[in-house]
Amino acid sequence: MAIGIAAASALGFLYGPIITLMIFSFNDNPITKLPLTGWTLEWYYKALTNPDLLAALWNSVIVAAAAVVICLAIGIPTAFALDRFDFRGKTIFRRLVILPITLPGIITGVSILAFFSMMGVRLSLWTVIVGHGTALTAIVVTNVFARLQRFDRRIEEASADIGARPWQTFIFITLPNIRSAVIGSSLIAFTVSFDEIPVTYFLTGRDNTLPMYIWSVVRRGITPEINAIGTIIVVFSMVLIFVSVLMIYDGRQDTPTGRRN
Amino acid sequence: MKQHTRNIRNFWLLFTGPAIWWSLVLLVPYLIMLMISFYTRKFPFHVPDFQFGNYVKLIEDPQYYLVLFRSIKIAFLVGVTAFLISYPLAYCLARKISSDRWRLLLYVATIIPLWVSYLLRAYTWKTILGSEGILNSFLMWTGVIQEPSTFFLYNQFAMVITMAYIFTPFMVMPVYASLEKIPSSLIEASKDLGANRVSTFLKITLPLSMPGVLAGFTFTFCLSAGDFISPTLVGGPYSNMVANVVATQFGIAMNWPLGSALGIVLLFIVLAVITLSDRLERAGRINLA
Repeated sequence: MAIGIAAASALGFLYGPIITLMIFSFNDNPITKLPLTGWTLEWYYKALTNPDLLAALWNSVIVAAAAVVICLAIGIPTAFALDRFDFRGKTIFRRLVILPITLPGIITGVSILAFFSMMGVRLSLWTVIVGHGTALTAIVVTNVFARLQRFDRRIEEASADIGARPWQTFIFITLPNIRSAVIGSSLIAFTVSFDEIPVTYFLTGRDNTLPMYIWSVVRRGITPEINAIGTIIVVFSMVLIFVSVLMIYDGRQDTPTGRRN
Repeated sequence: MKQHTRNIRNFWLLFTGPAIWWSLVLLVPYLIMLMISFYTRKFPFHVPDFQFGNYVKLIEDPQYYLVLFRSIKIAFLVGVTAFLISYPLAYCLARKISSDRWRLLLYVATIIPLWVSYLLRAYTWKTILGSEGILNSFLMWTGVIQEPSTFFLYNQFAMVITMAYIFTPFMVMPVYASLEKIPSSLIEASKDLGANRVSTFLKITLPLSMPGVLAGFTFTFCLSAGDFISPTLVGGPYSNMVANVVATQFGIAMNWPLGSALGIVLLFIVLAVITLSDRLERAGRINLA
């Protein structure tokens, strides 16, 4: 019984602050404090008509979408190479690839900054996109690799035996089998990119992403507008993550985190 | 032989792009950072050099080694706090809930907060703990205190709570996984041999779940040791962590060589903790089959 209460409080601890954020996004007191004074949608209206915030939101969508494209373009071939070929330095390569999700983000951030500065590249949304692509590809690699490891290669052989060309086998056999891992990990990469600060902080030029905008506001103080946009982000990412977790899980027992395990 | 050549061709067809990408944006930058850590700072920027002055400074100047100690202390406390919060939850999920459906649902519910905006989860503690915040106003409203307390926010306590909150799911996952692997026959055997619930837990369940605890501790330690967002939001004047100093050196202080050296030290601390926990886990591994 005691353990049940402790577990329930742990869940309460995990969700309490998030729910608090949501409740206060509807409270009409400009100061985030109790008691609640009344309901309002004013903060949502203010947030959604704030041009800086909207510009940052749009930038974040672009960055996250482009980062996912990089993650897939690099991550899927990498996962295949790790799954299907043996090559010299494979162990080191595998460790290197997951470093960005193992090490604190700030290390990846400053090292890519040093790289760009040495190459004379000017900071912009493009540098942010490259940074996110680098930092987040490991999510796709680990998830797709895990799925490929479980994949029964004999199905591909059967497909080849009955006359399918390699690309046909890939499109009709291999791809459908890893599809949910690909979609799930893309959604996670998108969500993480959408919220990324440690890398973005060092690589962004004049343009802000949404988390950088929120960061610059909340460092100065607390405004209910942030509660409102925060609630929208929370609901949006919860739905996205719920779908992707189900996709990656796919009825199996491995951890759907995409992080080191 | 022909098959072999085709394999090599396929391999490079697949791998050339990623190989170039990974070396260019990952390997080279890390090496550049290592290189800059040996440079000398010279107004306005820095000049190529090979000297260990930046590392010596980290050891000699209390400003820097105190920050390193503090980061390690805070990260340790976050690990311990996350353990205390997570263990009962993981235990319940693995041992007390009999319906698979509910277990999956609650497990997913536990890990979902991981991807709910990190920044917002740190920020919400600022609204809770602040002197005009929710906790203070609640305590005043209910008459527990008369004056708002500044005790809650902008100190190391606030940092530990906030980061423990943020990283708790990273503890629940591995602990749950290790608890779930313990065969129930072992628990039953312990009971048959006359052990009560407490001693079964202390002598069987807890030791066998230590690999998970260790993994969870490694995650939470490494993540909080390298964080600079929570310290900035909820930490006070004496709450600078390694990553804050790195950010400052790469920002307004414009001392990239020192910042790089500190970054390299942080990198080695994290890799050392991971390697150590890997070794410990392997040394203590018990075959349950």
